[in-house]
Amino acid sequence: MTTHPHKDYAGAKLGMWLFLFTELLLFGGMFLLYSVYFKRYPQEFAAGGRQLDWIMGTVNTVILLTSSLCAAMAVTAVQRDELRRAVALIGGTILCAAGFMVIKYVEWSAKIGHGIYPGSEHLKSGPPGESVFFSLYFITTGIHGLHVLIGGALLAWIALKIKGGEVNAGNDILLENGALYWHLVDLIWIFIFPLYYLIL
Amino acid sequence: MNEHHHIISYKKLTAIWLALLALTALTVAITRVELGGYKVLGALVIACAKAGLVIAVFMHMKYEGRLLRWLLFLALLTLAIFIGLTFFDVLYR
Repeated sequence: MTTHPHKDYAGAKLGMWLFLFTELLLFGGMFLLYSVYFKRYPQEFAAGGRQLDWIMGTVNTVILLTSSLCAAMAVTAVQRDELRRAVALIGGTILCAAGFMVIKYVEWSAKIGHGIYPGSEHLKSGPPGESVFFSLYFITTGIHGLHVLIGGALLAWIALKIKGGEVNAGNDILLENGALYWHLVDLIWIFIFPLYYLIL
Repeated sequence: MNEHHHIISYKKLTAIWLALLALTALTVAITRVELGGYKVLGALVIACAKAGLVIAVFMHMKYEGRLLRWLLFLALLTLAIFIGLTFFDVLYR
């Protein structure tokens, strides 16, 4: 007799969405801080935003949108039982995640090289609004970057499960939830990008 | 086997991706010209449209039941109340 482990598809998905709502409120808090301080220091925020490289920001936006496409396609592939293609698509997502992190690294090191990091002498001697802008920039993109790393690791683990035959068309909730997490990462970036890189 | 799923075709996903890229290009374009306060509004409206596409199609919300949709609405409403009440204070202080 074979044993069938208990699966609750609807429950698993509901749980994932509830978790995503808490993530939404976490980042929502950071966007709220941004908007309040933007109201208080519009000139300093404008000056800060101009110091960020909008071309790198745009490239990273395109990379993340593409990674999300791959993740969504991987779900479709598994549901159609095209398992090899699903693994390849997850590989595409992870490749994009790596590209995103490399660009993020280049951006952060350029800023830090210019003496711009939380608590630096350069920011302490400058106007308070500029210091607030860059503190918010580092905390928001830092926590977002952490999510990129976690999401990439999560999807790599799920790809192994697909290869091992544990995730397939009949049992794909793990991949669906992993992809949902990845799309959240993309969703947050959709707001970070204009607010920090473009508006000002 | 797939009683839970509405399987979304590769074609549809690709179309959504193209729309997201076009909206990104539009955001960059409108924020490079001088529109004053309107560009903040414009960029945020476009960001919300992009978020809507990602949630509806990539995240399958369009095909989910009433429970998840209402919960999403509740979460967004909570966020809107936070932001709204904060600005009540910030703007009229």
